[in-house]
Amino acid sequence: MTIGLGHYLFVAAVLFTMGILGIFLNRKNVIVILMCVELMLLAVNINLVAFSVFQGNIVGQVFAMLVLTVAAAEAAIGLAILVVYFRNRGTIEVEDINAMKG
Amino acid sequence: MIVGLESWTLARPEIFLAAVTCLLLVYGVVRGEASTAFISGATSLAMLVTAVLLFMPYREGTAFASLFIVDRLTTTMKAMVLVGSAVTILMSCAYFEQVKAWRFEYPLLVALATLGMMLMISANDLMALYVGLELQSLALYVVAAFQRDSVRSTEAGVKYFVLGSVASGMLLFGASLIYGFCGGTAFVEISKALLDGKGAELGVIVGLVFVVAGLAFKVSAVPFHMWTPDVYEGAPTPVTALFAAAPKIAAVSLLVSVLMGPFKPLFAQWQQIVVVASVLSMALGAFAALRQQNIKRLMAYSSIGNVGYILLGLASGSEKGIEAVVFYLAIYLVMTLGVFATILMMKRRGVMVEGVPDLAGLARSHPMMAFALLLFMFSLAGIPPLAGFWGKLYIFIAAVEAKLYVPAVLGVLASVVASYYYLRIVKVMYFDEPAETLDAPVFGITRVVAFAAAILVAAFSLAPQPLSLIAAAAAKGLFP
Repeated sequence: MTIGLGHYLFVAAVLFTMGILGIFLNRKNVIVILMCVELMLLAVNINLVAFSVFQGNIVGQVFAMLVLTVAAAEAAIGLAILVVYFRNRGTIEVEDINAMKG
Repeated sequence: MIVGLESWTLARPEIFLAAVTCLLLVYGVVRGEASTAFISGATSLAMLVTAVLLFMPYREGTAFASLFIVDRLTTTMKAMVLVGSAVTILMSCAYFEQVKAWRFEYPLLVALATLGMMLMISANDLMALYVGLELQSLALYVVAAFQRDSVRSTEAGVKYFVLGSVASGMLLFGASLIYGFCGGTAFVEISKALLDGKGAELGVIVGLVFVVAGLAFKVSAVPFHMWTPDVYEGAPTPVTALFAAAPKIAAVSLLVSVLMGPFKPLFAQWQQIVVVASVLSMALGAFAALRQQNIKRLMAYSSIGNVGYILLGLASGSEKGIEAVVFYLAIYLVMTLGVFATILMMKRRGVMVEGVPDLAGLARSHPMMAFALLLFMFSLAGIPPLAGFWGKLYIFIAAVEAKLYVPAVLGVLASVVASYYYLRIVKVMYFDEPAETLDAPVFGITRVVAFAAAILVAAFSLAPQPLSLIAAAAAKGLFP
């Protein structure tokens, strides 16, 4: 069996769905949410690189580089915000993030 | 590839703002906290200079291998964003000084976010769109959590960050599908591929849905609005003012240029999505705000409702619809800045209060402030002949001309329901038994802003013509 574009897209779609489900079903810890976000971005990268290779078009790989860079910045900022939040509350349980309701 | 001089001249305002921000950052790091006042002033001034650079001299065209586009629409939107950001920086000084969080990073982060917004507005390629959007979002996540010793502010930051990165992920997934099925990321290439008959392909439609969902999150349209009330309530008030003003304009502009640009051939497909989001936003903005006691939370639902009207203008897909969108955004910007300037003046014995009942008896203690808020509330409710009424009127005319009869009628009904909570504020101010009076507003930037916004609302009410001419000229940018 040769591995075609469809297989790559399928893997990416599965990873992406896992990321989304992980964010919305996760009741435990905000760090897990950060990991799920990274999973979504990696799924996108698989998509971009697969399309790029199968079409012989370099743009997708350039885009993937940009996504990698931004993902790193996003993780850094997310962790920084979590640290200040933890200092105030002493917990990062998802269920405890409820100071505001309405 | 050599980037010609033309590219640099077209991106002159962005380059100027970026350079000034970097210089001020170095200055702030060297001088420390002492430089905060100077940096706040200098950043706002730089933004106003950038806004002037947009028009003098005015140029149009695409730059950097068509990653970047400048036309009437982008220039108008950028001018609004710059004014909104500059004013909110000035308004924030007194607030942050009081809560002892006045640090020089704040104006610089807002400047970086504004730079991201300008790039978003001028994006002409999915990559440029993504980078601009992230530059804006990453700076805004930090700004939401800027009052770092406050539980509510940091919690707003966490919520905004988590939901914002999910939205970015969805947008990106959609962008990757569109790239794959259209064979390019440039808007020109996408539009060409769609016109060549790829429009019916499932991959493109799925990609479009993901991209619209990501952008709907950024403009806080229902069903992607769930972050808005919490973030607006939790973030420090000047930051809420910023969120309600500048990023919203930038995101709407991006939505307009993506949907009316490369995805014009798929109008029939995206129109349905936008109409549904629009009707739901108008309804939620009207009903959910009815029982809010916190004025910041109330303004969050109000902004969701306003986005609904703006989306209705976009859904009509005509030149008139886009004109109405620009017109509405300009009026919305003035009203929002005015309302938040008034909220920033609500203090009792030196402590900020933000409950609607705290306004009781304001008409007797501070008649000028009460009158300004009355003007904004009547205008937001869309009572003729105030500015907000003209904005809604143009939107509904465009919708009716595009045969969107049912959404237009639902919009009118939603605005009737919404007027209840705007008028309730007026009633509390004018007819309720005075609570302990609020402090007299000190003379300062917030007071000037509230006064200027009230004057502008009155001016737009009496003479909406000049503004609608500007909006018409801007809309021409999309319909050459």
